[in-house]
Amino acid sequence: MHATWTLTKRELRAYFDGPAAYVVLSVFLAITGWFFGNALFLQNVASLRAIFSIAPFIFLFFLPALTMASFAEERRSGTLELLLTFPVRDWQVILGKLLSVALLLALAIGLTLFYTLTVAFLGDLDLGATVGGYLGLFLLGLTYGAIGIWASSLTRNQIVAFILGFAVIFALFLLDKVTDFVPGGLGVIMQYLGADFHFQNLMRGVIDTRDVLYYLSMTAFAFLLTTYTLARRPE
Amino acid sequence: MIEVRALTKSYGPERAVDAISFDVKQGEIVGFLGPNGAGKTTTMKVVTGYLPPNEGTVLVDGMDVREEALSVRRRIGYLPENTPLYSDMVTYDYLAFVAAMRGIPKDAQGHRIAEMTHACGLHEVLSKRIDTLSKGYRQRVGLAQAMIHDPPILILDEPTSGLDPNQIVEIRELIRSLGREKTVILSTHILPEVQASCDRVIIINRGKLVADGTPDELQADLSTGERVQFSVFASEDDVSSALSAWSHAEVLRHHSDDTGEVHFTIAAKVDIRADLFHLAVENNWTMTGLHRERGSLEDVFRQLTSE
Repeated sequence: MHATWTLTKRELRAYFDGPAAYVVLSVFLAITGWFFGNALFLQNVASLRAIFSIAPFIFLFFLPALTMASFAEERRSGTLELLLTFPVRDWQVILGKLLSVALLLALAIGLTLFYTLTVAFLGDLDLGATVGGYLGLFLLGLTYGAIGIWASSLTRNQIVAFILGFAVIFALFLLDKVTDFVPGGLGVIMQYLGADFHFQNLMRGVIDTRDVLYYLSMTAFAFLLTTYTLARRPE
Repeated sequence: MIEVRALTKSYGPERAVDAISFDVKQGEIVGFLGPNGAGKTTTMKVVTGYLPPNEGTVLVDGMDVREEALSVRRRIGYLPENTPLYSDMVTYDYLAFVAAMRGIPKDAQGHRIAEMTHACGLHEVLSKRIDTLSKGYRQRVGLAQAMIHDPPILILDEPTSGLDPNQIVEIRELIRSLGREKTVILSTHILPEVQASCDRVIIINRGKLVADGTPDELQADLSTGERVQFSVFASEDDVSSALSAWSHAEVLRHHSDDTGEVHFTIAAKVDIRADLFHLAVENNWTMTGLHRERGSLEDVFRQLTSE
């Protein structure tokens, strides 16, 4: 576990030593702030709904961008070989990377608490919906992050990793939005598999274990796929 | 210490390593020699536990690299080909990261880093980012990284490739001084390096092991006999006719120069220098040169690896 945390710290440091973390955090805050401010000043609505509706779209691009380097760059530079010949298990390496993305994600979401406080101060905060929304946002981001890391393990090219990760995440995002075009039974399955569907549930303030389980199992599945990719020891 | 048994590793249909077996004893420095693509790197990757073998076993201190991967990895320090390093990190931080990943306790890390800094001469670059370092320093950081946990076994894949001659000598000396207490496997395609730093040579070609022995043994076993350069003041014809009577030697070429000196290159299976000396004395020729050439490791290498 110690090695996992060591790797997490290194990854976080790499994010913050370069511009990546700052760009992601400030753009995330700027976009959510714009939507929140619009609602607040133009429509006189102090609500987090604006943030919760725009954030999944931002994650669609940001999580693949944050994770595209995680294994692709290690493969390109050859450091993957160092990493995987340390006395650690492959899953510890993947977990270390996922944890660093989770922490960065938590920080980005945490920074929006400023808006939450504004809402609490100006209007009345729907506590259930807020907690559900934050939980949903984090789980959604975590799932996207795990998929991004898997995509990154498939190639040594960061751009390919980004496109792959984005494509998979986008497909998952669209799944519950195209159910009108398929027969009923299949539609239900697709809806259940859609990433956004569960977020909408959580955002309403109903914290259902099925929604939480969906994200956790998607994350675990992407994690598992990554261990398979690494076990093949790609060049 | 290291036992490799019938190791086979394929990439798709291609056999990169084909049933290789060898042993490395404690304290030995073994040179892995072979043309590019011969299977050196693949063999090393299997021994370090990075790649799983398709067939065969690799035992390190009696432990199978697959079954007891983590214990084996703890005993090995590894410098992969092309010295991969996290180029966005500062040297000190990088070494601290490797130390932590290697499970060195926090209070011992500083001491180990100081030791490696001293051993590898890293004082000047400790606070520099790795991407600003010269190739020679990168290589030293790579070696420091490989030895930070004081492993009994070092596996170095082309530790001197891409370095200038001065750096090569430095790294070679570093390996030799560190190698005194360690078992070292290093791969190279630079032959003088093997002669300079290795106790034993293993030559691999097209995935197969073609030679295994000390540099001297290989030269003795595989050279095509020896050549003697013989120079005297005499008539070229006299020397020619005298030598043509010998059954155990063959004149390869001869020429004379304008000082009246004649030069003969003679091939023989045995040492014929004494015979040549007596021949010169009997005929009252003034001998000016007598030099024996044995097949070099380079000849051995060429002979074994060219087809």
